[in-house]
Amino acid sequence: MPANLHYLTVKEMTQALQRREVSSVELTQAHLERIVAVEPQVGAYVTVTEAEAKEQARQADMRIAAGSAGPLTGIPMQLKDNMSTNGVRTTCSSRMLEQYVPRYDATVAARLKGAGAVLLGKGNMDEFAMGSSTENSALQITGNPWDTSRVPGGSSGGPAAAVAAGQAAFSLGSDTGGSIRQPAALCGIVGVKPTYGLVSRYGLIAFASSLDQIGPITRTVQDAAVVMNAVAGHDPMDSTSINQLIPDYTADLDRGIKGLRVGLPREYFEVGIDPEVEASVREAVATLEAQGAIVEEVSLPHTQDALAVYYIIAPSECSANLARYDGVKFGYSDQNAPSLWESLDATRQFGFGPEVKRRILLGTYALSAGYYDAFYKKAQQVRTLIRRELEEVFTRVDVLATPTSPTVAFKHGERTDDPVQMYLSDICTLPTNISGIPAISVPCGFTDGLPVGLQLMGPHLSEATLFRTGHAYQQATDWHTNHPML
Amino acid sequence: MTSGQEHTRLGIEDVRHIARLCHVGLTDEEAERMRDQLSHILEQFQDLAAIDTTGVEATDQAVGLDSVMRKDVPVPSMPVEDVLANAPRREGDYFRVRAVMEESP
Repeated sequence: MPANLHYLTVKEMTQALQRREVSSVELTQAHLERIVAVEPQVGAYVTVTEAEAKEQARQADMRIAAGSAGPLTGIPMQLKDNMSTNGVRTTCSSRMLEQYVPRYDATVAARLKGAGAVLLGKGNMDEFAMGSSTENSALQITGNPWDTSRVPGGSSGGPAAAVAAGQAAFSLGSDTGGSIRQPAALCGIVGVKPTYGLVSRYGLIAFASSLDQIGPITRTVQDAAVVMNAVAGHDPMDSTSINQLIPDYTADLDRGIKGLRVGLPREYFEVGIDPEVEASVREAVATLEAQGAIVEEVSLPHTQDALAVYYIIAPSECSANLARYDGVKFGYSDQNAPSLWESLDATRQFGFGPEVKRRILLGTYALSAGYYDAFYKKAQQVRTLIRRELEEVFTRVDVLATPTSPTVAFKHGERTDDPVQMYLSDICTLPTNISGIPAISVPCGFTDGLPVGLQLMGPHLSEATLFRTGHAYQQATDWHTNHPML
Repeated sequence: MTSGQEHTRLGIEDVRHIARLCHVGLTDEEAERMRDQLSHILEQFQDLAAIDTTGVEATDQAVGLDSVMRKDVPVPSMPVEDVLANAPRREGDYFRVRAVMEESP
């Protein structure tokens, strides 16, 4: 049996399973043991589904024995706790949904189950995916596996920490403004925000519907391509889902990047980027150049406007989406207040944490009479300018390379007092959600022992190019083979 | 205080009004903190006003999908037991709700 099972890549696990060097039951057991060993320090899981995982592993082994296994059959995974799982508590790390047990699977959960992946449990997150540090979880703290006194990033902090710590072969996150890529960068792993509409959101508990997208969190780009193959594609249950044939994302991985045009948008290096982060990213770009990429500086003047646009649009949409939590149909319900209206106020007062309340209030204000034109409509118009500017630049370059996060992982508590300071954590990742384009974060170095992420963005449906670029980079570097000491 | 801040500094009654609209109960202390934080966030939005958006259409969906319709064919719904499984209060096959025919405060 290969040593250190929990740090094999998905591809290595698949090969070991197919060669019968290991069974899925053994692989799953190794991960459950890893969870027991490091979870007291990391806190990546809200729920561990040990019994279900063992049963799914047994079924996967039968499937492997029958010769009907696919690339994810028997692979132990985690899902962020905003993806509905039939019969498994799905909390959104909120008091509102702490006891909520869905009666159906999100499409991504159903597809991965169908592929034979083994669900180990559900990942901690910022409440309702609102945050950049996972400190807004109402349920528990998650530590960055590289330094547990620091945050794992957010909002998919549990998934990123779990994958970095070897507590799952892969996880799925959701990304509304950077919530897959920023924690992936801060935890030294790979995170993909696919093109808007490429992965079904049926069963994803909604935050901001024009921005939300599900994507893989893995330790290598190759693994991300494998997971994308399983989850991407049209779903009639999500009317925003793109109705197109999906390519095999692993097919072109090894084609190399000779002649690839890489743009370096100047403005992304002018938004308070830590000098050592910038140095790592520039060195990564030099590595791409050495592999045959053609690098040129470009300009995207509306980059900084993305912050205001995002923090108007996302809260506005969230204020509408979260109106459903009324204490009547599901979720926490206050039963003590004397009237319907007072119980509604009390349900939402107790059920939601401070950041969720802040965003509901902010969105309600931005959409209210007299402010709609100045805030929401204006933001939607500037959104058009940001989108057009990116569309234009992609007529000249194939991908853009930037930092994923302006800084490495920060300390717990460092940014919790000032929401605006926390929002600035997302400055490099917001424009992609605003314009619906895909992006990937790939580990590209360390600063004082903490991981740095390189972000690659491309035009709509350019995932195959992003995977090929990221994979070429990982063939030339070994950052992704480093693991935290836990 | 700059003119921009004067525009965005919320009063405590503004916060109470917004909270009523979205039915989020707030203690006095929470309302005060929310007033400071929301005012500070709104200040960050001031720069948008300076951007010329004359004649620019709004983007509400980034990949250009139009209204998506499904065929009008009946399909089975989720079973009632599943729909009601997480209901805080139920009565038979219904969600139990408090009396709504009273005056909203």
